[in-house]
Amino acid sequence: MSIGSESIIDSIKSRFDSSIYKSDSFRDESTLYVKKDSFLQFCRSLKQDFKFTYLIDITAVDYLDIRVPRYEMVYLFHRFGDDYDENIRIRIKVELEDSDITIDSITPIWSGANWLEREVLDMFGIEFRGHPDPRRILMPEDYKPHPLRKDFDVRNRQPSKESFEKELKEGFE
Amino acid sequence: MERVEFITESPDSGDGVSTKSMMLNMGPQHPATHGVLRIVLHLDGEIVVKAVPYIGYLHRGIEKLCENITYQQCLPYTDRMDYLAAICNNIGFILTVEKLLGIEDEIPERAKVAEVILFELGRIESHMVGIGTHALDLGAMTAFFYCFKERERIYDILELVCGARLTTSYPRVGGLPLDLPEDFEEKIRNFLKIFPETIDEVDKLLTRNKIWVNRTKGVAFISAEDAINLGLSGPNLRGSGVPHDLRKSNPYLDYDKYDFEIPVGTDGDAYSRYLCRMEEMRQSVKIIEQAINNLPDGPYAADLPEVVLPKKELVYTKMESLIRHFVLVYEGLKPPVGEVYHGVENPKGELGYYLVSDGTAKPYRMRVRGPSFVNMQAIAQMVKGAFLADVITAIGSLDIVLGEIDR
Repeated sequence: MSIGSESIIDSIKSRFDSSIYKSDSFRDESTLYVKKDSFLQFCRSLKQDFKFTYLIDITAVDYLDIRVPRYEMVYLFHRFGDDYDENIRIRIKVELEDSDITIDSITPIWSGANWLEREVLDMFGIEFRGHPDPRRILMPEDYKPHPLRKDFDVRNRQPSKESFEKELKEGFE
Repeated sequence: MERVEFITESPDSGDGVSTKSMMLNMGPQHPATHGVLRIVLHLDGEIVVKAVPYIGYLHRGIEKLCENITYQQCLPYTDRMDYLAAICNNIGFILTVEKLLGIEDEIPERAKVAEVILFELGRIESHMVGIGTHALDLGAMTAFFYCFKERERIYDILELVCGARLTTSYPRVGGLPLDLPEDFEEKIRNFLKIFPETIDEVDKLLTRNKIWVNRTKGVAFISAEDAINLGLSGPNLRGSGVPHDLRKSNPYLDYDKYDFEIPVGTDGDAYSRYLCRMEEMRQSVKIIEQAINNLPDGPYAADLPEVVLPKKELVYTKMESLIRHFVLVYEGLKPPVGEVYHGVENPKGELGYYLVSDGTAKPYRMRVRGPSFVNMQAIAQMVKGAFLADVITAIGSLDIVLGEIDR
């Protein structure tokens, strides 16, 4: 499966010359790095002008002690084309500093982003500005750590044990 | 813990009559939620005002677990996601690792064709369970037994091929671990002879059954535009009239060489999705027929000592093979630095794996885009304003599996 088509990616690049600061390609999959400030505007245009109407996936990667900025948001979009025959995919990345892990939510643009963003919030603690329902999705709502961060210790069961003991003491209500 | 009011009074409903809305908790232990799904329903009489799904009861942290083990060790975890089509998850993961290693072109033809056969068997298996339990939820018990009988046949074939029935963990990076058993072809041909009769029987039991049509037609509607916006995939997207199937649009395993159609529904309701699944199984039979007729002889695994374990007899007789075996098991295979996403058309929709490699034998990050997770979002929209009983239809027609939602 190839992700990205040269002509489309070039036209996106020339349109958003100032917001795209890096692009790379590995195994025929093209990635564009977009500046955080202009991300929401970029996404609106991606859907309206470039017809990337189908959101595939949202996730994040934590590069603790490997890279600065530490977090990277990864978005994958699909474009059907007029007769569902183009099927072009594009990967968008936004880098987030450790000091400010908030990003604009794209749920108002693609409603399918709702749960995917909630999962990133749950697993990485990245906050989404303008998300209609910012709650944890997989972990219990009173759970504090963010499991997919690299500094989370898989053998450390302390947080859940603490909250269990607290509830035993104070009652489950 | 937050306390919730069970009965909330809404002061005015327009005609001066004050109504009370009741909160009903459905699940996590409920026979029709296909697992541990909990939906909090706000009801006005029998009409659903709002439905809020709660998930995570089956969360095992597979993505985190896989960061701490080698690529080969990740394979058994992928079974436990969509356990109704474990073989499809396995093949999806294997294809992603092969893409990351850049060895797709070196996989022998025999392995590819065998994987197509097993993938389509997985699709039939999943749809059989999906339709069978959907029918059971709506009170049509007979169809359930016909469906599960076929599932057993597929399990027998899988057992023959890989020794396990449910959690297959079957192909390996670079091809098959062992050659296909001798009577594989005969078993598949037997299955192809019997299975279409079962589809026809299920078809007779349900498709024009008045109760089934009344319970599913026009229920749990989702328009094509909403389906795309919500990111639905698989039969849930095609049931709304969007002809998108990864096997055609972004082919893998040489699916573009097979002759098959993509069934597309028109109405976007539960009945339309049911018809899509039925036709998809017929198309799967067509694909398996073509594949088994063209199953070539020859090697079943790629000739890549860096990736594929040496044959057992060589390990016992040759020093080099023994060392190779030891290194591969002990250290694991090491893909180059990079990241790939690969999506396969699972029975439930697009299953995508996103792997980030830092050059070591363990994935730096493994992300699973579970189709059920994204599809499940549609439930709130589907059941809003519908009857309470239609919630069951909506869950059944979305064909979710909680192992994949919670991961």
